[in-house]
Amino acid sequence: MASVQSVDIDLTVQVSGSRKFWEKSFKFICMMGIIIACAFLAFLLYSIFKDGWARVNSELFQNFPSRRPAKAGMKAGIFGSLWVIGVTAGVAVPVGVAAAVYLEMFTSKRNKLSQFIQLNIANLAGVPSIVYGLLGLALFVRTFEMGRSVLAGGLTMALLILPVIIVVSQEAIRAVPKAIYEGSLALGATRWQTVAKQVLPNAMPGIITGIILSISRAIGETAPLIAIGAVTFIAKTPESLDSMFTVMPVQIYEWSSRPQEEFHEVAAAGIIVLLGTLILLNSVAIIIRARSQSKH
Amino acid sequence: MRGFNLVHSTAAAAGAAVLISFSAVGCSGGSSSGEGLTGTVVIDGSSTVTPIMEAISEEMMLENPNANIAMGTSGTGGGFKKFIAGETDITMASRPIKDSENEKLIAGEIDFVEIPCAFDGLTVVINPDNDWATNLTVAELNKIWEPGSTVQNWNQVREGFPDMPLSLYGPGTDSGTFDYFTEVINGEGGASRSDYSASEDDNVLVQGVAGQKGALGYFGFAYYEENKGKLAAVAIDGGSGPVLPTMDTIKSGEYSPLSRPLFIYVRVDKADANPTVAAVVDFLLGDGSELVDEVGYVSIPQNFLDMIQVHFDERVSGSRFSGHTEGKTFEEILSS
Repeated sequence: MASVQSVDIDLTVQVSGSRKFWEKSFKFICMMGIIIACAFLAFLLYSIFKDGWARVNSELFQNFPSRRPAKAGMKAGIFGSLWVIGVTAGVAVPVGVAAAVYLEMFTSKRNKLSQFIQLNIANLAGVPSIVYGLLGLALFVRTFEMGRSVLAGGLTMALLILPVIIVVSQEAIRAVPKAIYEGSLALGATRWQTVAKQVLPNAMPGIITGIILSISRAIGETAPLIAIGAVTFIAKTPESLDSMFTVMPVQIYEWSSRPQEEFHEVAAAGIIVLLGTLILLNSVAIIIRARSQSKH
Repeated sequence: MRGFNLVHSTAAAAGAAVLISFSAVGCSGGSSSGEGLTGTVVIDGSSTVTPIMEAISEEMMLENPNANIAMGTSGTGGGFKKFIAGETDITMASRPIKDSENEKLIAGEIDFVEIPCAFDGLTVVINPDNDWATNLTVAELNKIWEPGSTVQNWNQVREGFPDMPLSLYGPGTDSGTFDYFTEVINGEGGASRSDYSASEDDNVLVQGVAGQKGALGYFGFAYYEENKGKLAAVAIDGGSGPVLPTMDTIKSGEYSPLSRPLFIYVRVDKADANPTVAAVVDFLLGDGSELVDEVGYVSIPQNFLDMIQVHFDERVSGSRFSGHTEGKTFEEILSS
């Protein structure tokens, strides 16, 4: 023991110069990492706010798309996005959490079938979003004849985020100490009682984080909704799940491809509104998470 | 083309006459009273034509708040796919319908009326600092853009051009603009060299050409009009001297062969059953035609609009513009 220690001290003395160097370099590299990330973000925000801030006015919220950039608004997109996200969350969250509970609590890890399912879910999480768009087009729009509706769009997005919700929820459930689960069962609680009263409340903060991230992804996705036929011009907000719709990113995409510079400013203003909506949705979820954390 | 037989049958003509009066009532009702139209119209297709139909829809919806016009932008080819699948009432196209698309519509028993709605001049652009290539012949453009072209430098294009690397910008292969340009310049729609910078977003092409002295690109006239300071247009020599694209030369057909008509295709059954669909077309060919100029395209002269209106009123099905129309004027094709 003593000899080991003395070797240790010897080494410290010998390499102390180089150790300090690496210590400093490592700190510097990490700092550069955060500076680069923030610089790009700051540049992006600066250029968007410079172009678009003046255009974030009441007309942007109250008007429908127009050929005149000064009158163009994104009311249809804002409402369309909220409708679609409502359907997406309403379907993907319960299904995703239930699937995660089943895989973690009700099947054996050695079960070949559940291993196969597990592998596929992990793969599905990495499939490009346009593929889900084409699936939605073939399945919901054409086979189930839902048309280019809010329902078809919401379900397509639900498929897109489902794998992520399942994987993250599983992680959260796995992180709940086994003692809690086993203790509950040992006290005579049924599996249902254990899951509902012990496991899920403890896993909730992790699950909600997963939901926040997936919903944020869904609200910014354009490609799958264009594939299923979200419209670029519509002067009505959705009235039901059957309504045709547009979403914010589709409108931004359309404006940014116009020849007129003024439309690019409207696009920048649209991006600001999209960012604002994202922050708003996320902060609601963060508040919910903070509450559930403080309870447990 | 089989549509012509259909329309000349007496029964169809009589049916059409009844429906014309119906749609006329719907239209005047829409513009004078607040009641207006209540139908839903689904439009999709070319992003080039989108600004025109967006302006038309916007005005129609102001007068008919209960109507519902929804428009998607899937590109000309994507729009036809949805039109063939029966998902849309009107499809927008920046080139005439292809034979293959026409056959699918015939197989699906979908009758359609072809409505030219504006002219566009495909504009070949260069960097404003480029002072040598102010005009190019169709043969020179073909030499640059033909499949397998080995032209990499301006001095290969014409004797006397400087030694300057040539970088090319153009739309992607899904675009109707690409189909039309390759058809006219290379003699076959879709045949093009592939080693050029392609983007579906014309603003990317504008940036590319504006940033490089040796660049050359092509896109719709509206994008050139909006970026005149950053780009220069090339005068095109189609055999009778170089002509610059302007509103006037495009409208007169002098800017040849790169001026092209833009189209919408309307389902006959939907136009008959849904007065709002018919009203959109009537408005486009009537008072709404001024909006075409407002959004950066060239409107079709009144005498031709009248001819097109007659085709629509009689529901003349089929395409006149698809296939072999080289050497024919717009008027000749329209009255064929």
